[in-house]
Amino acid sequence: MNRHFDVELQGLKERVTAMGNMVEEQLDGAMKALTDRDVEKARDIIGRDHQVNAMEVGIDEDCIRMIALHQPEARDLRFIITAMKIITDLERMSDLAANVCERVVELKDEQPVMIPPAIYSMAEIGRDMLRKALDAFVMKNTSEALAVCQEDERVNVIYRDLVRSMVQEVSRDPGKTSPVIRLLFVGRSLERFADHATNVAEIIVYLVEGKVIRHIV
Amino acid sequence: MARMSVSGFYAYYGDNPALRNISLEIPDRQVLALIGPSGCGKTTFLRSLNRMNDFVKGFSVKGQVALDDIDIYSSGLHPVVLRRRVGMVFQKPNPFHKSIFENVAYGLRIQGIRSRSILSDRVEQSLRSAALWEEVKDRLNSSAFSLSGGQQQRLCIARALAVEPEVLLLDEPASALDPISTARIEELIQDLKTQYAIVIVTHNMQQAARVSDQTAFFLTGEMVEIGVTSRIFTNPSDERTEDYITGRFG
Repeated sequence: MNRHFDVELQGLKERVTAMGNMVEEQLDGAMKALTDRDVEKARDIIGRDHQVNAMEVGIDEDCIRMIALHQPEARDLRFIITAMKIITDLERMSDLAANVCERVVELKDEQPVMIPPAIYSMAEIGRDMLRKALDAFVMKNTSEALAVCQEDERVNVIYRDLVRSMVQEVSRDPGKTSPVIRLLFVGRSLERFADHATNVAEIIVYLVEGKVIRHIV
Repeated sequence: MARMSVSGFYAYYGDNPALRNISLEIPDRQVLALIGPSGCGKTTFLRSLNRMNDFVKGFSVKGQVALDDIDIYSSGLHPVVLRRRVGMVFQKPNPFHKSIFENVAYGLRIQGIRSRSILSDRVEQSLRSAALWEEVKDRLNSSAFSLSGGQQQRLCIARALAVEPEVLLLDEPASALDPISTARIEELIQDLKTQYAIVIVTHNMQQAARVSDQTAFFLTGEMVEIGVTSRIFTNPSDERTEDYITGRFG
């Protein structure tokens, strides 16, 4: 039986995916601004954060309305709960992309330092995790979602190595302390970004199988 | 602890099987909701639990329905005794053309209780249990038909409770009632389950989700799935259950 409700659920899926794509663009833009030391671009991305915030509020309200009016059960209920949880993480991920941009603005007045390749690796893996998690959401693919969760540990390892090498860098040249700390904050934001991508992937397992795997895998 | 236990149960109208191989347990002090599309056999099943289908021409059964380990079909347990122990409330309120008091006292009088004080005590107790006492205590001699639909249904519940059953069967007890009366019946079910095993047939998915501890999904005479209500309504095991409760068919 075709249900009008299915049209609404499809619309919800499209809006969540669009929000995810926007966050992906935010991260790409932030990394480009960091590479190019492009303060204007960084400020532009910080300014776009409110669009993501507005999307989160709008989708949240839609979900609440759907629950109130349709009283969804089973997979419909899980889908709406999943959407609500995903957008909370996406909103935080957008904040983290903006945090990277804030560091780009601050680095403008600092002594120029080389951006460690580890930072690019973390950004690349994090963006990939987000993209795959969104694909898993669209396709309701648990194995892809679980693969995303596994990736998080790679990012954690890179981040730990980054912290170690940056501490050494500061010991060697204390004059770089200030820009290095700012780069470490960038690393921290990217590590958190991957954590949120993992949250998105974990909730997709709940969407498909009804199992809560948070804090288990 | 299971108050009633059903195993390998079949029911037929003539040659047509209405229920096939149903096995489940009805736990004491819990609410079991039976859900499923029209014609799935849930009401036939409910009525089989106190032999209400015995009056239906051509109706026959196979398998076991046990009340406290006594088979209600083969043990020789008299249907009147059975129905005192397994009470039933129907979809439409069906008070007798009598006073409020006499409606509740009816089953007690049939049992041979004549003492006015015992009758009064039991009527009051039953009306209190059915959350109706405060509304009718000053007009017990008024006709049952002077009550609203919701009150009439609670009166029918009080009438069922008066004979102190062990199991209460509710066949869509709130389907003819407005939302406020429905909410009262649902609250009442929650109160009553502390004392009785309750089985409710309902077409209202939210009602099943709200009031029951366990839910069984019936389809074309078979029980597809039974489980804890919170699981059935968030993550059912069977695709057919999922499709039904999300309104994809039925």
